[in-house]
Amino acid sequence: MNWWQRLWRRKKMEEQLEKELRFHLEQHINELVARGDTPDLAQRNARLALGGPEQVKEMCRDARGTRWMEDLLQDTRYALRTFRQKPGFTLVALLILSLGIGATTVMFAVINSVLLRPLSYPEPDRLVTLRGFTEQFGEFWGFSNLDFGDAKRESQTLALAAWTYAGGTVSEPGEPQYVNGRQISAELFSTLDISPVQGRAFRRDEDQPGAQAVAIISHGLWQRDFGGDASAIGRSLVYEGKPYTVVGIAPAGFQLDGDADVFTPLQQRQNTDPRMQNRSARFLRVMARLRPGFGLAEGRTELALIARHLADEYPKSNAGLSMTAYPLQKELVGDVGSTLWLLLCAVGLVLLIACVNIASLLLARAVSRERELAMRVALGAGRSRLARQCLTESAMLGLGGGVLGVVLAFASVHPFVAFWPGSLPRAEEVHLDWRVLVFAVGASLLSGLLFGLAPALRVPVRSAEQTLRAGARSIAGRSRRLHSAFVISEIALALVLLASAGMLGQTLLALTSLDPGFNVHDVMAARLALSPARLGNPEQIRAAWQDVLDRARRVPGVDSVALVDIIPMREGENSLPYWTTATPPPPNQQPVALASSVTPDYLKVMGIPLRQGRFFNDHDGIGSEPVVVIDDNLARRAFGTKNAVGKRIWIPAMGGAGPVLVVGVVGHVRHWGLAGDDQSRVRDQMYYPLAQVPAPLLHFFSSIMSIAARTTIPPTNAVEPLRRELRGAAGDQVLYEVHTMEQLVSASLARQRFLLLLFGVFAGLALLLACIGIYGVLAYFTGQRVPEIGVRMTLGANPLDVMRLVLGESLVMIFIGVGVGLLAALAAGRILNRLVEGMRPADASTFAITIPVLVIAALFASFVPARRASRVDPVTALRQQ
Amino acid sequence: MTASKTDLPQGTLDLLILKVVALGPVHGYAIAQRLEQVSRGVVQVPEGSLYPALHRLENRGLLTADWKETETGREAKFYRLTAKGRKRLETEAASWQRLIDAIALILGMASGGAR
Repeated sequence: MNWWQRLWRRKKMEEQLEKELRFHLEQHINELVARGDTPDLAQRNARLALGGPEQVKEMCRDARGTRWMEDLLQDTRYALRTFRQKPGFTLVALLILSLGIGATTVMFAVINSVLLRPLSYPEPDRLVTLRGFTEQFGEFWGFSNLDFGDAKRESQTLALAAWTYAGGTVSEPGEPQYVNGRQISAELFSTLDISPVQGRAFRRDEDQPGAQAVAIISHGLWQRDFGGDASAIGRSLVYEGKPYTVVGIAPAGFQLDGDADVFTPLQQRQNTDPRMQNRSARFLRVMARLRPGFGLAEGRTELALIARHLADEYPKSNAGLSMTAYPLQKELVGDVGSTLWLLLCAVGLVLLIACVNIASLLLARAVSRERELAMRVALGAGRSRLARQCLTESAMLGLGGGVLGVVLAFASVHPFVAFWPGSLPRAEEVHLDWRVLVFAVGASLLSGLLFGLAPALRVPVRSAEQTLRAGARSIAGRSRRLHSAFVISEIALALVLLASAGMLGQTLLALTSLDPGFNVHDVMAARLALSPARLGNPEQIRAAWQDVLDRARRVPGVDSVALVDIIPMREGENSLPYWTTATPPPPNQQPVALASSVTPDYLKVMGIPLRQGRFFNDHDGIGSEPVVVIDDNLARRAFGTKNAVGKRIWIPAMGGAGPVLVVGVVGHVRHWGLAGDDQSRVRDQMYYPLAQVPAPLLHFFSSIMSIAARTTIPPTNAVEPLRRELRGAAGDQVLYEVHTMEQLVSASLARQRFLLLLFGVFAGLALLLACIGIYGVLAYFTGQRVPEIGVRMTLGANPLDVMRLVLGESLVMIFIGVGVGLLAALAAGRILNRLVEGMRPADASTFAITIPVLVIAALFASFVPARRASRVDPVTALRQQ
Repeated sequence: MTASKTDLPQGTLDLLILKVVALGPVHGYAIAQRLEQVSRGVVQVPEGSLYPALHRLENRGLLTADWKETETGREAKFYRLTAKGRKRLETEAASWQRLIDAIALILGMASGGAR
């Protein structure tokens, strides 16, 4: 018989066991009688010799080897029966658990998809991204085209590829539309080890200046504009006013840094952008695949070596520039990792509180079931067997909560991702896979074990006989201590979450009240692509921009308009080194300023205060003296408290050899966001007239300019009229990335707001759970003490004394909990401080708000049981004994 | 039950059962009887642990059992040794013998060495 058959024939085996033991007894009795004992005595002696029949049977069953299976089935049935008997408790426990496990599972699903699962390229762990570093700028992603070319040629360990941003208007086929594009080096697809779904990747001879204009289009554009037809290969695409031949379709979902629809060969950028030949212009992103047989350490060593060669050879541009490589996955994911782990910790705390809560409920039930358990011990149940039964019950509760939690997670993971502020990297890959399911099952079983352990460990506390004799009133001191420990830990955990939410709230409040440095109201900003037909020569481009300004000014509701390349708090930057003496300081000591090229009305549009001198006017042009306006940070750093107007600074990257004249000083603008600006590396700012941008750079500038307008009507209402007015003769001048400045300011705090919202919800849940826990435990305590209270009242205690007794007891627990929680909250504050930018350290005021909230809520929860205790009728209470 | 009876050393019950069963098919009560008789009442067989031990040995495949009639016409569960059980009995008995010899040797040496 194998174990399955034995299990199957359980009933028959039980009968046989019974029969065998009966046979033994009868034989023994017969023999004793034959020896002359009376039948009664013989029966007694025979039974004594054999021992308790049920105990012997239990031991025989144990010897069978299928015990665990039988017990499990039996315990499961028993647990189900218990659940049915207490549907209210079961429902509340399942609800709390499914919320906790569901939320934890959602967080883990996102972490799993974004951080843990490898990228969907072949051998993703061999893909790296390259970074540059100088003392001056810190670490940055940009590489100059010439450095990229040299590194690609020299590297033995890495196969390099590069790309850069290049959006433009697609005017044929379909309606004119602005699309994001990338210029990619020919090796990019082979480096990633993917191939286009249709057609082919770029050939090396196409990745040359002046080569034939070819393009690879995204899967999305192919579906939209070509109907997903394979004949799209070889057809023409008018992009930036120029016909391109489509040679390939990128795989669906293919992404570099954000979405793109049109890919063109990188080196063809040399046709229009002189910066491609400038070693100081670092705007390419570079990635690489480790060649077979080399590891990341070798790749990094070689990159450092190459960077040193380049620094020796081109000290003017490359002195102090080092290069290194990081795993690509880390780069793509960016800094969302810390937010995700933070949230997982927060939901983990909520789940922990839920577990403690259920544990205390279960324990209360276990104590009241003590007599039942003692009875079962007397009837032959082993203690480990009873403990196992308790654990089976809680594990089932845990798994039930887990199943509901997974269902909840399944329904809410996509809404959660959509709710994420900004764009979550790899968001489209987020789904529940087997790893998430394993996590959910693990979390449920662990929770079940956690809250089942205390009741299970209680089982063998005392001898069965004593318990049976003691009656219903017995309550072990141990259980009281354990219950108090539960309440204390719930309070402490809740305080951690409350204080974290409080700190985030205070931070957000402080950040929101910061002056952004400009007037955020009634301003809209949008990128604008000039009609490709107007990009012929520098004069045409200048005239086209002037035309845009004139037309925009005529739109009703528009008060003033300016062009600018960098909008505060939006992506994009241009940091340039400068100095204030004729001889430049060594490169690593040159200060850096954020430089924006603007038209004269910019100050008025943004409402930036003018501190000294003047802003630009129409006389600052290509023929007149080069001028800049600096912000007060730069003025203070470069010229101290002295008057900066009339001073000169050297900004070689702006083209001219000589210095430029400072004509004005304006207020500092929090360009890097309300939260991020104080910690940013580049804090100085300067403005220079778009009219003085040298002619060779104009074509490039045309691709990055934005239009900003101050309006007399709500700015969103001005967008459509502006869009219509600026469309141009060919109808292909498109406004895109339209924002109001209010939106951008608010978006700069999106991460803090998001965290505050979630922490607030978690803290609220924790508070609620802790209050339920306190209520439950106190109600249980006072219920056990009814006779004692009766005695007290008979001896002269009044209801107020009784209330004081109960509330005092709860206050002790609350204050110990607050004390423990305070220490934990300070530690949590440190973690938050490191992970969230602009975070204010935990201070007394945070706790001055959160602790009273917690204490009052907890006292409120204790009030109901206290009142009930004070209304005990002494006579009934005493009679209960 | 007198105090002069000796408790079984740990782990020997299985061996004794195997030995008794090796003599021919036998039921539980007879095993208890025979153990007590053969040991001349020195060994007290704890009847409460006899049946769990029988079931354990059956479960491990050392014993097999079937229901047969006794000479008095009652149905009883008779245990027999399997081939595996016989082999186990031999090895266990041999190792017990070695142990007993070794202990006897040590005790004998101790009394001689004291002089």
